[in-house]
Amino acid sequence: MKSNSWLALNSIAVFAALLLLWDRIAAWAHLPAYILPRPLAVAAAMHDRFPSLLNSLVITTEEAAGGLLASILVGVVVAMIFAQWRGLRQLVYPYTILLQTVPIVAIAPLIINWVGAGIFAVMVVTFIICLAPVIANTTQGLIGVDQNLIQLFVMHRASPAQILFKLRFPHALPSFFTGVRIAAGISVIGGLTGELFAGSTRVGEGGLGYAITYASNQMETAYLFALVIAATVLGFTFFFVVMFFEWLALHNWHESAREAGAE
Amino acid sequence: MVARPDGSIPEIALDNVGKRFRDGAVALEDISLSVERGEFVSLLGPSGCGKSTLLKIVSGLSAASQGNVRVNGITPENAREMMSFIFQDATLLPWRTVEQNVGLGLELDHAARELRRERVAAMLDLVSLSHVARRYPRQLSGGMKMRVSIARALVSRPRILLLDEPFAALDEMSRDRLNEELLRLRAEHDWTVLFVTHSVAEAVFLSTRVVILAAHPGRIAHDIPINLPWPRTAETRESAAFEEAVTRTSRLLRGVQHA
Repeated sequence: MKSNSWLALNSIAVFAALLLLWDRIAAWAHLPAYILPRPLAVAAAMHDRFPSLLNSLVITTEEAAGGLLASILVGVVVAMIFAQWRGLRQLVYPYTILLQTVPIVAIAPLIINWVGAGIFAVMVVTFIICLAPVIANTTQGLIGVDQNLIQLFVMHRASPAQILFKLRFPHALPSFFTGVRIAAGISVIGGLTGELFAGSTRVGEGGLGYAITYASNQMETAYLFALVIAATVLGFTFFFVVMFFEWLALHNWHESAREAGAE
Repeated sequence: MVARPDGSIPEIALDNVGKRFRDGAVALEDISLSVERGEFVSLLGPSGCGKSTLLKIVSGLSAASQGNVRVNGITPENAREMMSFIFQDATLLPWRTVEQNVGLGLELDHAARELRRERVAAMLDLVSLSHVARRYPRQLSGGMKMRVSIARALVSRPRILLLDEPFAALDEMSRDRLNEELLRLRAEHDWTVLFVTHSVAEAVFLSTRVVILAAHPGRIAHDIPINLPWPRTAETRESAAFEEAVTRTSRLLRGVQHA
């Protein structure tokens, strides 16, 4: 307990030192505000333009969360199909790796072409880049069950459905969460990248990615910094939300979750 | 399967059973073995003699390439209801508590919740695990995990127990204690047991009969009755008759290994 608060105190001190360093460098080097704004200017930009910042944050959150949730739903169903039909898995699984290597910036314009610019297009972009890690990890978890455990279920005359739901599913939970954690990390990137192309639904309004392009074009560097901070915080939040659910599901029985969360 | 003149049939009957793996290797050749109801038969032999394969064939988890296998007169697949298999590892489900693990078989069998709770509680009591009913497997020692595994096998009230080196990973003290416990439980039930082990002392202590297999290909080399008195307890291990039976069995096993 004592070491925890000591650590927290130190973290705050390091953070303050970094802010101070940033401020001093900007001041000593006489850097203009459009190159490197000082921390207080960034804070002011955050404060003054809070409604539009919040608006952008909400839009990007919706897009990233929508794409992520869709990728979880579809990814789990696909992994389930792969686990049940080995032949199909061997045939199709390599293409899911291809999904991972498709450069998203290259196909984002294509998607906008198909579904039209806007929030939905960004969700689709996010969905596509989140899908591969969910499928890959969940499939590995579902098929990686110890042969003895399967034989145990067979000896108890378990049905295929019982083997899937009472054995493969719980066994796959840890690797499923690994996949979702990776997907959550890149979902925010997917949202931002998508917005660079799909832009806004109304002029001057859009998610963080759109606002970042806009602020950059307008040389509003302090606001740009504020947006970058917001995007970073959003990424962290997604990650920790997933970690929380992971802890909820696994802390009773799984070593990794216990070490990560319980103490 | 032909019944004998008195109409009885053996509990487990293997008739000229052979097993050839896909790569052509012969695991078992010409195995004929008959186990009567209530017998405790240990399978002993050098690694590669196919004793675990033989157990899998009796359970129906692996199919014989030739010959005939009958459990209580029917095919192993159809006889699963009366058999329980205990693996070398405890093979517990880590996401289930001890009582949920023990109740697995009844749950898969769609037994009513009340019945399940009752039987699981009684079984945990029988193997002295009631105090860890709510624990998860990772919180248990190796010996305790194995006891949970045994409890899980027994709770569905099998007639036939198939054990594949269940105590191999345990220290000698835990192993001896579990051996005694197994015999105590067996005295209260009427099981037929097929037990695969590496340990001569364990085989002699537990069995009514020890079958020694030779390797390459796996075949039956010796079939020895063990005539030590019942009940067998910790003191049995100190008796001269036990020593003598172990020595005799070891010698036969050595002969097989050097052949």
